[in-house]
Amino acid sequence: MANEFVKAKTKEVRKSTIQKAVIIALAYVGVIALVSSGVLGYQYSSVLISVAVNIIAAVSLNLVTGFLGELSLGHAGFMAIGAYTGALITLHLNLPAPVEIFLGLAGAGIMAAIFGLIIGIPVLRLHGDYLAIVTLAFGQIIASILNYVKSITGGAAGLNNIEEYTTSDHYLLVLTLVVLSVLIMSNIINSRYGRAITAVRDNYIAAEATGICIRNYKIFAFVVGAFFAGIAGFIFAHNVGVIKPSKFDFNMSINILVFVVLGGMGSIKGSIIAAVVLTVLPEALRGLSDYRMLMYAVILIVVMLFNNSKLRKRLVEESGLKKLFTKKKGEA
Amino acid sequence: MSSFVEQFLNGLIPGSIYALIALGYTMVYGIAKMINFAHGDIIMVGAYILLIGLNASGVPTWLAIVLAIAGCGILGVVIEKVAYKPLRNAPSLAVLITAIGMSYFLQNLFLVIFSSKGKSVPRFIHVKDFKIGDITVSGNMIVTLIVTIIIMILLTVFINKTKLGSALRAVSEDKGAASLMGINSDLMISMTFAIGSALAGVAGILWVSMYDKAYPTLGAIPGIKAFVAAVIGGIGSVPGAMIGGIALGLVESFTKAYISGELVDAFVFGLLIIVLIFKPTGILGRKRIEKV
Amino acid sequence: MALLEVKNLGISFGGLRAVDDFNIRIEEGQLYGLIGPNGAGKTTIFNLLTGVYKPTDGSILLDGKNIVGKSIHKISHEGIARTFQNIRLFGKMTVLENVKVGLHSQYKYSLFAGIFQYPAIKKEAQMTERAMEILEVFGLAEDAELLASNLPYGQQRKLEIARALATNPKLLLLDEPAAGMNPNETKELMDTIRLVREKFHVTVLLIEHDMKLVSGICEELTVLNFGTVLTQGKPEDVLNDPKVITAYLGE
Repeated sequence: MANEFVKAKTKEVRKSTIQKAVIIALAYVGVIALVSSGVLGYQYSSVLISVAVNIIAAVSLNLVTGFLGELSLGHAGFMAIGAYTGALITLHLNLPAPVEIFLGLAGAGIMAAIFGLIIGIPVLRLHGDYLAIVTLAFGQIIASILNYVKSITGGAAGLNNIEEYTTSDHYLLVLTLVVLSVLIMSNIINSRYGRAITAVRDNYIAAEATGICIRNYKIFAFVVGAFFAGIAGFIFAHNVGVIKPSKFDFNMSINILVFVVLGGMGSIKGSIIAAVVLTVLPEALRGLSDYRMLMYAVILIVVMLFNNSKLRKRLVEESGLKKLFTKKKGEA
Repeated sequence: MSSFVEQFLNGLIPGSIYALIALGYTMVYGIAKMINFAHGDIIMVGAYILLIGLNASGVPTWLAIVLAIAGCGILGVVIEKVAYKPLRNAPSLAVLITAIGMSYFLQNLFLVIFSSKGKSVPRFIHVKDFKIGDITVSGNMIVTLIVTIIIMILLTVFINKTKLGSALRAVSEDKGAASLMGINSDLMISMTFAIGSALAGVAGILWVSMYDKAYPTLGAIPGIKAFVAAVIGGIGSVPGAMIGGIALGLVESFTKAYISGELVDAFVFGLLIIVLIFKPTGILGRKRIEKV
Repeated sequence: MALLEVKNLGISFGGLRAVDDFNIRIEEGQLYGLIGPNGAGKTTIFNLLTGVYKPTDGSILLDGKNIVGKSIHKISHEGIARTFQNIRLFGKMTVLENVKVGLHSQYKYSLFAGIFQYPAIKKEAQMTERAMEILEVFGLAEDAELLASNLPYGQQRKLEIARALATNPKLLLLDEPAAGMNPNETKELMDTIRLVREKFHVTVLLIEHDMKLVSGICEELTVLNFGTVLTQGKPEDVLNDPKVITAYLGE
């Protein structure tokens, strides 16, 4: 019995690997077709890059908020670290583009990860509401310091003329970064490391008693989340060409949170879909841009109320929706 | 020396407004065990109600003020009923996200209605400035200080000396046990939201009397700062909120004067992180032990 | 040498002496019961043994090694596993995943192996196999893919024991395993506990209110009252001890 089950399980894993490969191939074909056929035009091609930034940011926040279960309100802060570090590297080095990009990405990710480690230390002693506030405070401190060290960051005016390495002209590079980032994060989630993180979320007392070092895994989740937020920041900076502290404000953190909440906490697929839809939709409905944040706010409230309502419970219990809601495992 | 006193006053005034806002956070946290993220935005709503009242012909100033305070109190109760009450048994993450959503909802609703441009609020407090030596204390400052002190005293008396106040404390101590004693905990929670939000209304009125502009994100920063104040003072503690609020105002003002205006936020939020690391329950907060 | 030897263990919370001069000696393979009226300090002793609380004084020797002061997860690595009075499962994970968390410290692979999936996949398959073996013992193999929170109450208790055993403990602490169970379920649970001891070569210390269960399976008992040991010995002697009867029923 155990043996058969293991075989079936291995088969399942292999199937999902093939599925992933197919999805990735389709993503490449789809994006290449969209861009090279010119259907998108200039404006929508640049939306593609925003979509990419938001996907990486949302999935990396999901790691912390969805899988570790700790609300982070300072994700934009990590993106800022990545954006500034990356931009400073590519601005000050005079090397061939591929080398600069590689160093910039590595620097952006690593620097953000270091800050993830720093913020991870208070995290050890806190959780829930207090932790959320510390992450918020952290985001504010980053912005404040970026404003202060003018000689390096240009203060409130920010950095200009950043090399346009990740604009829509380089969409294949950006797409590859998205694919790699998401793949790495989803593989981590599906490994023993991800399992430990999820166990901490579900019941940290039991997780600890089961031999999991909560401290290490909490920090680990924050560091990995921050690393990829840094990567997203790099892409952001080298797409728009100009960055200032005010761009990475609390609003940005909330935007990313909306993707995670709407897509479903603990669902990577959901984060991706939400990031795509919520980035493209406002673009398509330009006239309603004033209502975008209002809509986001309503989404946050309604999703939370619905998720915890009797209505949802009834729907889940009485209908075929049960599978949809309860089967969350094996998801990439 | 006089500049030191001036900085002290410059910190004391916003500090006492922070304290008023922090009281709302603390009371709500004490009883509903949640951070009402939208609390700061109620300040903004209060400011707009006041503005509308002042601009409407035939409405006396005192009525505009009363309407603003009452409006905020009602709004607080409505928010609790609509958004928080259904989540009373939900995980705290869900409640916090809903509260953030509510904060955003209020900000953006007012943005859509009134646009992001600030609207000036006409001067409505007519108290003469006051001079001690070469230091000028403005009339607004005096009013703010007096109002804050009176509210603090009233609130302390209410919570500690009245029957309703002890019912409130009972619910915050143990909701289940309080219900068994015949205390209507839903009513107590509503009352807390009403009082806390009305205080936010007062804070909003004082805020625009100092800075004379109303705009949709007006409440966000003082809201967050006041929250920091509540945490520093020890969330759940009324005197803690006062101490935290004033301490924060002073830190801000002295950082601005003697270190750097750009680093104010870094200091304020850095202080928060330090307090949370070394004394997570704040200056006057009590420890909550989780049972295994 | 005894598997577990606790000497003069004590803890104070402020002025309250919750446990005082607690001594116990459990031999390898024993099925040991810890009983006592409500509030006697039984769960506090579990919390002391597993590192949740740091004792004010005394020593805890597991296999001759003092484990006092070690952190909770380190103590788990040393070989003490536990269940909780109020069930603590990983509710949003499947039954299988719950047990795999228990296997976490025994089947290791690097982060990079996880990222590149190789050889992580192999290790994961081994883990799944081991987890399924454990689940079969508890009759939970059929439910491996269910969410833990969707299991019926009795099954949840069993899953908690299965997860604890997955950590490969020397000593298994069960905190009121029969709480909330009907007589039939309790009897079934007794059989399972006996089976577990045989199959997993584990020593069991259990807290219980159900006297039938205690006298039915425990080989030795310690009775706790007001944080101190009232009496220790064979079940039939202990349960007939007038001191014990007084502690339970009052004067």
